[in-house]
Parts: sequence; C-alpha cells; structure tokens
Amino acid sequence: MYRYDEFDAAFVEARAAEFRGQVARRLSGALTEEEFRPLRLMNGLYLQLHAYMLRVAIPYGVLNGGQMRALAEISERYDRGYGHFTTRQNIQFNWPKLRDAPDIIDDLAKVGMHAIQTSGNCIRNTTTDPFAGVAPDEIEDPRPTCELIRQWSSLHPEFTFLGRKFKIAVTGAEADRAAIRVHDIGVQLVRNAAGEPGYRLFVGGGLGRTPMIGKVIRDFLPKADLLPYLEACLRIYNLFGRRDNKYKARIKILVHEVGIEEYARLVEEEFAAMDGTAAPDAAEVARIEAYFAPPAYRERPATSALFERMKREDAGFAAWARRNVHPHRVPGYAAATISLKPIGGAPGDATAEQMRMMAEVAERWSLDELCVTHEQNIVLPHVALDDLYAVWTRLRAQGLDAANRGLVTDIIACPGLDYCALATARSIPVAQMIAERFTDQALQEKIGPLSIKISGCINACGHHHVGHIGILGLDKAGVESYQITIGGDATETAALGDRTGPGFSYEEVTGAIGALVETYLERREAGETFLQCYRRLGMDAFKERLYAAA
Amino acid sequence: MPLRDDTGPIPDDWTRVEPGAPLARRSLLALEDAEARGEALEGVAPEALGLAIPNDTERARLAPWLSRVSLIAVAFPAFNDGRGFSLARALRAKGYAGRLRAAGPVIADQYAYLRECGFDEVEIPEALAARQPEAQWAAAAKRVGLAYQQGYDGRRNILAARAEARER
Ligand code: SF4
Repeated sequence: MYRYDEFDAAFVEARAAEFRGQVARRLSGALTEEEFRPLRLMNGLYLQLHAYMLRVAIPYGVLNGGQMRALAEISERYDRGYGHFTTRQNIQFNWPKLRDAPDIIDDLAKVGMHAIQTSGNCIRNTTTDPFAGVAPDEIEDPRPTCELIRQWSSLHPEFTFLGRKFKIAVTGAEADRAAIRVHDIGVQLVRNAAGEPGYRLFVGGGLGRTPMIGKVIRDFLPKADLLPYLEACLRIYNLFGRRDNKYKARIKILVHEVGIEEYARLVEEEFAAMDGTAAPDAAEVARIEAYFAPPAYRERPATSALFERMKREDAGFAAWARRNVHPHRVPGYAAATISLKPIGGAPGDATAEQMRMMAEVAERWSLDELCVTHEQNIVLPHVALDDLYAVWTRLRAQGLDAANRGLVTDIIACPGLDYCALATARSIPVAQMIAERFTDQALQEKIGPLSIKISGCINACGHHHVGHIGILGLDKAGVESYQITIGGDATETAALGDRTGPGFSYEEVTGAIGALVETYLERREAGETFLQCYRRLGMDAFKERLYAAA
Repeated sequence: MPLRDDTGPIPDDWTRVEPGAPLARRSLLALEDAEARGEALEGVAPEALGLAIPNDTERARLAPWLSRVSLIAVAFPAFNDGRGFSLARALRAKGYAGRLRAAGPVIADQYAYLRECGFDEVEIPEALAARQPEAQWAAAAKRVGLAYQQGYDGRRNILAARAEARER
C-alpha cells in the first residue's frame, strides 16, 4: 500500500498546523462561523445534531493495522469508544469536541492519516473496489490511479471552493464494485483495441435528491492524460455549474441541463488547449505504482486441506466461507469480508476493541492490510486459505463473524435521526428491525444476494436509490414515513430503483420488506436473484402483495 | 478598500471610473463600459487601462482585451464562490500577463490558492480587513509549503521536489 514520503508527511503536518490556527482564529473571532464553516468542513468537521462529527479520510479505503489501532485509540480518547465506517470508505467519530479536533488531527498525522476534504464543497476522498489488487477479474489495479487523484485533488488551489461536493470513484474491473456510475466522475480502467491501458470516463452520476446515472464522456482516454482531463472537467464544472441553488449545484445538474454532448464539447475544447503541465511524469507514476506492487505472497497450493476440513466440521465456519470469502488472484489465498452488520447492531459501527482485533488479524494474517468497503464492511485482502479458520475463530471472539456479506441482513444505513442534523427519520433502528426478521441463516442464504439500503433523508447517504430494495425515511407531518423503491443497482448494470407507491410507517416497514421478499421467493425461477426477478416480473407483481394488507 | 500583495498593504493607484465618466490617470472600467466606449479607448495605453469583471464573464469576451489592459479585477461576490479561481487560471493560460486582482470578501486562508491561480493582489472590504488584520495576511503569504498540483504559480510543487530528490 501507499506510504507517505517526506513530502506527503510535511504536507499533512502543515495542514494540521494550519487547522490548529484556524480553530484558534475562530475562537478569537477573526473568522466568523460562516467563514470557518468551509474551513472546518475541509477538515472533516461537521456540526451535527448533538455534537461535532469528525470524518477521517481513509484514502480509497485502504489502511494498515497501525492506522486501525490509531483509530481505536482516538475513539477512546476523544469519543465514546466506537466509530462508524461509512459508505464513502471513511470513518466518522460522532462525539468529538471542537477544542480536541486539532489534537485528533495531530494524532492522525502521526500515522499518516488526515481528515482533509472528507466534507465541504471540494473533491472528496476517492473511492474504489475493496478487492482492488486481488480481484481475479481486474484489468489493472485501480489504486495507483486513486493515489494519483488523491494527491492531485489535495488542497487543489482552483477546486477547493466548488459549487458543491465532488466525488470520484475508480474501478479496475468490468464488474463495478465501486459504484462508479453514481459518482460525479467515474473512472474505469480499460484497454483499447491495441491493448493499451487507459480509462473510460463517466460524468454526472450521483444520488441525493436528484439521482442520476453517469454518462460516458470518453470511451478511451490514454492513461497519461487523466489528470489534465480531470482538470478540464472540473474547470468547466467550476465555471459553468449553477451557484444559485445548492440543490442544483452538483455536476449532474449541469450535465443534465446543457446535455452530455455540450458538456463534453466544452471539456474537450478546454483539454485540447492545455499545455500538458498537469500530467505527472513517468518517474512519478512509477514511484506510486511501486507501492502497489504485489506483496510477498508465499507459494502455496491452490487448495487447502485444513480449510476444506474445517468447512465440513464446522457449519458456522462453512456459512462464513460461503458468504464472506472471495476469490483471490494468487493461488492459495483469499480475500475475506469482516461484516460490520451483526444482527441487531448499527451498520458500519465498530468498537475500539473490535478495531484493535481487526488490526491484529490484519497484521497477523493479511499482510498488514485492511480495506473499508462502501458497503460498510472491512475486507482482509490477503488471507492464506490455511489461515481462514484461525481468522474466523479470532473474529468470532469479538462478534465480527456474521456470515451475511451481500445477503438481506448486510444492510447499508446512514446515521439517520440518531445522529444526523439533516435527518427526517431514523435509519439505524429500521436496519436493526429488518435484520432481526431475517436472522435465520438458512433463510438468508435461500433468499440470496439482496442489498437493502436505507437513508434517513432525501440526501441519500445510504444510497437507497441503488439498493435492490431502497428505503427512504421521510417526515410526513411529524410522523416518520418510509418510501420503498425496488430494482436499484449500483454496478455495471446500474439503475435507479422504482417507487412502489405510498410510504409505510415505522411499524409497517419491516412487514413491507417481508412481503417483497416473500413475493420474490414464490415467483422466482431457478437461479434467479431478487434483482433479476424484479426485472422480469415488473412492479405490479410486487405491489399486489405489498399493498394487499393496507 | 484595503489592497495588498506579497509585499504587504499597497496603495491603490487605480480609479474605478463610472460608465461614461471621464478617464482617470489609471482607469478601472466595467467590461460593458469598456466595450461601449469602443474606439474612444483605442489610444489609451495598457498601463492606464484596467477591467473590472464579474466571475461569470465569458472568456471569449475577454480575449480582445488581454493585451490592452494591465489590470483585471475579478469580483468575488462571496469568499466561497470559487469561480474566480478558474477564471484567473484560464486568463493566465490564455497568456494574460498583467496584474490580476481578487476583489471582494476573500479571506486570508485563501491567499495561497489565489496566488497559485494567478492572482497578484487582493482588495477586501474594510470590515473584513478589521477582523483579519494585516498580520494574518502576512502569515498566510509567508506560509511555505509544497503543493501537489503542477502548472500553478507560487508554491513549489511536490512532484518537482521529488524529481530533484531523485537526482540527488
Ligand atoms: S441521508 Fe440524510 S439523514 Fe442520512 S446521513 Fe445523509 S443527510 Fe443524514
């Protein structure tokens, strides 16, 4: 994984010192709250319902054991002993004090971390496939591209006061596990007919109150042109994006209003006029790529007798192996998902002890690497098949062994009314109620792949539009009302979910999800997933049962 | 209103001239006014002519003026309206070599970015200058640090520093 050199370290330290000064100037009144706001947001500090919230950047989700331990430490020293991993592959602390924020930032800098650009109207933390570097179907590792973008976008002098936030996601495989089509810019590594590596670029995707699927702006962009091209995309957005209404300020609205052809024309014109100074030289690219060279794997047989035996002997382990263990490009290894969705838990939450346990497991059995997923789980990317049982046993001691990756209880939920100042409804308790209804492992596996995503307001941080089942919590005259969508999809077959009809009360929502699942189980054809079944049958088949009782 | 650049506070020897009013020694004109005056400006030396523009001015409209003026003052309606950064950068890319001024309630924390995008000076409202006295701007101007972006003015960039380190 990438490690800071002296320059990265100096950059982050300078930023930490600057932030300390800004907090002091806010407290002295030199900065008004209005002026301080974008500055603190640029450092990940939000004012929430009950307290400040600090969002720490985990660049493209990747961290090592030492960094995970530091997060555990911070959660204990400055917070309430837990943290919340987010759909942006970051972590949030929900209870820090303003006066502690500079110290937290300093503590982060000591382990090569920061909170730069985790919020505010700037280029946010770049996200990617949690199986980056190990997925067998990958064309190329997307992380060097992410790191290039991370550096280029850090405190960009031109793009730090944009009209609205700006999110970039990168994938190295055709199968899209990074939801690139619902980002402001999506970057896909591809090869052209001549076999040369390059990028396919999408623009104007996004969720929020006006969800849109991104459109292709370039089918093939040579690798060396990426940063200049991004600069052109951002400049056109910065100059022409709307500033009159914050709900119409995202790039998706600009692309929608002027049309993808016109936006592309402006970008191409800008790009053609650039002198190429924005592109990093080959030596810099090679320097970054070297950090992502495959680690020192041991040579191992492709199968493991121990792994096979333990699956036969321990049904719990077998279930975990079926659901949470993923293929790896190196023989004898696997990637494993640590589910942060135990039944009854808050999706994405981890206590300090759990973080330490994950750090220990990673150090011991995953070449000191972890990756936060946009599904709010943690991936151990390099576990030997021989070690999987030991890993699982260890994780079980901290309740981190839920065998539900991708299943109905692997629910994504935003913080909602329990924490978020913008929320119109609760989301965590809804996730908990639904998970309780589907506790039975056999039932979960019978249902198969099903992603439920819950947002506590129209801002859609829980990505409900692209959940196979999406739940949006609204406020109807002081009462929570949950609107359900089905058929959403964040992958290469991206689609926005369709609304089923009138919303459901807090008490009704679990039953409604039950009705949808029952309909699917009754009507599915052999091997058909929920999403495929919905696409075949259409809305009416599901609606009937859903509203029958009402 | 208070004006400053890297050297500290500086006197403003430009006069904002109202539309149609007689020219001053150095006249800062609104773009529409300059366009309306047409031939009347033809003999005026660039040293005596400046343009004040809003931050959504079309770049094509500015092209004929770039060699005819020695100051362009880009208005910042609010500190967090960042269009001016891109406009300045675009003007520099088009070869504009005169002075660039950021005019409006920009804050000291933005000074380095303004410089990197090609601005030379900032003109801020009195009230803001009172709240953020000169010392804070001087500190912001002195703040050394390397930036990651290439092709921007001011701070040295990290990529160049790395290349140098490789050669050592
Ligand atoms: S979706 Fe709404 S409630 Fe949920 S975290 Fe985002 S802003 Fe808060």
